[in-house]
Amino acid sequence: MEILVCARRVPDTSENEIEMNSAGNDIARDDLVYSVNEPDNYAVEEALRIVERSGGNVTVVTVGGDDDEEILRREMAMGAKHGVLLSDQSFSGADGRGIATILAAFVTKGHYDLILTGVQAEDGAAQVGGMLAALLDYPFASLVDSIETLEGKLKIGREIEGGNREIYEIDLPCVLSIQTGINEPRYVGMRGIRQVASVPIPTFGAADLGVNGNVTGAAVKVKRLDYFVPPLGKGAEMLKGDTAEIVGQLIELLKAKGGLK
Amino acid sequence: MVEAISSPSQATFWFIHGRVLFWMVNVLGSACFAYIVARRLTPLLRGQRDIRFDRPLVRLGRLLQFWLAQWRQPRYLTAGIIHILLFAGFIILAIHTVSLVAQGASNHPAAPGGLYGAIADYAATVVFLCAVIAAIRRGIFKPSRYAVPAKYGKSHTAEALLVLAFIAILMVSDGLFEASGAMWQGQHGGTPEVLGPLTLGWVLKGALASVPAAQLRSLHLGAYLIHDLTFFVFLCFLPLGKHFHVVTSLFTLYFAKLDRGAIKPVRWDVPDEQLDQVKSFGVKTFSDFTWKHMLDFYSCADCGRCSDQCPANAVGRPLSPRFFTIKARDYSFQHSPMWGSAHNGQPLIGGIYSEDEIWSCTTCGACEAECPLLIEYIDKIVDLRRGMVDDGKVPQSLQKPLKALESRGNPFGKMEKKRADWVKAKDFAQDCKVSILDGGHGADTLYFVDSITSFDDRMQSIGRATARILHSTGENFGILGTVEKDSGHDVRRFGEETLFMALREHNTEAIKASGVQRIVTSDPHAYNALQHDYKDMPPVEHISQVIARKVRAGDIQLNPLPESNAYGNGDGNAVGNDVYTYHDPCYLGRHNGIYDAPRDVLDAIPGLKRVEMQRSRDRSFCCGGGGLALFYEPKEDQRMGVKRVQMAAEAGANVIVTACPFCLVNMEDAIKVAGMEGKMTAIDLTELVEKQMR
Repeated sequence: MEILVCARRVPDTSENEIEMNSAGNDIARDDLVYSVNEPDNYAVEEALRIVERSGGNVTVVTVGGDDDEEILRREMAMGAKHGVLLSDQSFSGADGRGIATILAAFVTKGHYDLILTGVQAEDGAAQVGGMLAALLDYPFASLVDSIETLEGKLKIGREIEGGNREIYEIDLPCVLSIQTGINEPRYVGMRGIRQVASVPIPTFGAADLGVNGNVTGAAVKVKRLDYFVPPLGKGAEMLKGDTAEIVGQLIELLKAKGGLK
Repeated sequence: MVEAISSPSQATFWFIHGRVLFWMVNVLGSACFAYIVARRLTPLLRGQRDIRFDRPLVRLGRLLQFWLAQWRQPRYLTAGIIHILLFAGFIILAIHTVSLVAQGASNHPAAPGGLYGAIADYAATVVFLCAVIAAIRRGIFKPSRYAVPAKYGKSHTAEALLVLAFIAILMVSDGLFEASGAMWQGQHGGTPEVLGPLTLGWVLKGALASVPAAQLRSLHLGAYLIHDLTFFVFLCFLPLGKHFHVVTSLFTLYFAKLDRGAIKPVRWDVPDEQLDQVKSFGVKTFSDFTWKHMLDFYSCADCGRCSDQCPANAVGRPLSPRFFTIKARDYSFQHSPMWGSAHNGQPLIGGIYSEDEIWSCTTCGACEAECPLLIEYIDKIVDLRRGMVDDGKVPQSLQKPLKALESRGNPFGKMEKKRADWVKAKDFAQDCKVSILDGGHGADTLYFVDSITSFDDRMQSIGRATARILHSTGENFGILGTVEKDSGHDVRRFGEETLFMALREHNTEAIKASGVQRIVTSDPHAYNALQHDYKDMPPVEHISQVIARKVRAGDIQLNPLPESNAYGNGDGNAVGNDVYTYHDPCYLGRHNGIYDAPRDVLDAIPGLKRVEMQRSRDRSFCCGGGGLALFYEPKEDQRMGVKRVQMAAEAGANVIVTACPFCLVNMEDAIKVAGMEGKMTAIDLTELVEKQMR
């Protein structure tokens, strides 16, 4: 099976202190460290596992600039056969539909049986996967947390709010957005990254993909107006009393908030 | 003319002439033994290289200490004494036994007699008694450390008893051979060989007093035959089980690891700069072990002391050093069989070892400090981890800190620019200025802070106490500040060698650029890394050594403890009569032998009452582990720290003093988990000294 995983480079939320820049229109990016968007990493791991079971190749693609090569190399060190960068000055500022358009253009240039995205980018809006499927006229399932391969089809599982699960059958080719927790992604060490450091990464621009002019500028229909850190709410509530009382109160609270049935 | 009893070589056994019979037995027995040993050695030839032929004099010294003098045996007194007596007996009897065995196939009999003969007789008697006592211990009293948990297979008692039976049969048949010979000579008017009173031969001779001559002759020859056959059966049995150590211990001890605290390189035959060309890192299959590590597996005597001391085993983690070795030995025996070709190649992880088992080790070194045969564990665990890291098999709990170490230089994912923020604390910065050595400030001393002391709110107090101590003694010192990165000590021990090398390279450059003449650290993990993992560093000291030296020189005066109140009570109420105990951090004590400096400092505080926990010094019980071990989520019944604070309470202490930020984290957590808040406190040595200096 030829699998394409769409990945994205994002500021690592566990290793950054996100603060506003002085203009107040974006986060301060000077000291940020980046990593591959976590759900995308789970998607790559799942793709690798499918390929380990039933053969094929994994290609990882991202839309961005030279800096974004870093995550492609990391995913290649993980086991992806190819990394592809879709980069063009005209791509900057593209909204979700723009990104989906660029990706769709790339998909039609190749032959992929399955396209995976992370459920959402940590700094994104969880829209690219669905839009990509629509643009390609492929079936789509979101929040997928298990995949089983059948002949020309997949059996996939999804978790429903509240902990219930449902199982679907979906025709190939299709687009799936992958939920974290579907697997335990393997570790990628510095040594692995070094070993793929000199593998060339093909780059495709707007002209190569035939998406000239239709993803930025007037094509951007969704624009961010503001970005801010909300003021801190009330602090933690401390339960008082002896152990038995505290446990009692905690159970009541958990029941009230739906954590216990 | 005195008629001599017929010697075995002259007698006839079932129509076969004795000399021919024993010649055949001896040749066949020796050939069989040589074949078995050769088969056992084949895996070693396929093992990885290991450099063990250096420093012959040091190695010889170790051989004398740990082999001939059985140095570590008395640490377990009963078993130790029995073993020393058995060992000494075997050494003494070696000449006697070889000449006795040779006698059957030779025309020139006569085992060495005289004084040696007399000593050998007593040695045989002691060996026999020890075998009986050991059998009673194994068979009836059954010390718990010999038990085999169901998941590790069947009890090993039968094998132990069989070997003790071999030994007893050898001693009795030897005694019977001598006694019957002496008796015969006495009866036939010769001068009987004098048998020392109370020796096995002497007792047996007494028992044979009324046996007629013909039967004495049969007994004499029969005893010899049994001795000879048992000797070769025993000899060939040795390499088939744990008693191979009788042969291999000599080599295991000679080739033992000499550099405590250090970690073996990824490959002994590949320099660091060429490691990128190595296809596979670490141990994945059995033949990835070095030959010495394979020899270790063969040499394990299954005495159970390692697992008895192992904190991971004690808290129910899925790791027992004893079975770590036994499983590898059995694997080797099965995959390099006596007949047929050897097969190898199955992965060890998922085969004989589980991932959790290999991550469960805190590298505290308790097993290595106990093993009478100096078997190595940490290097093997690290090699297996290197293999797992190479294959991407790293638990999620460790992936985050490793990634953060790569991008931020600390496992917490904190910003590099905040690394030196601890010096800015208000009440500290006023009277203790710490210079940042980011390009030649002419400081003599570098205080290497390392990650946890730099970033953890609670542990920063150790950093400030250390800086104040250095400051107050007029030390011209500074820190690397934002340029410092994690020492990588536990990155290396968790198998991420490439990341470790990157951290080491960065710090080495920064330290060299600072131009300091010496390094002080308050973190034993950093101390161990700078001491053993880094190269060409200026001299490194742990802060406890600095304090001890300055106390001795009178540069640090320590005030008496207040009569009441102290650190033993969190709520500030007067406690009075606090009792202190010192917890040895693994990387200060066991791995670097620094036991006395911190104790000397404590004892220099007037009015401080100090007790020792039962497990202290090189038997200290790990707090739960430092570095990446803080992030790992083990499967366990109990926390190591909880067990440790309970040990402190049992010793009658209510203040635990330690000298390692990771120990302090684990102790303070454990006090809360154990519900001992208000009854037990933990404090770092530097914090205590700083308070008493004012």
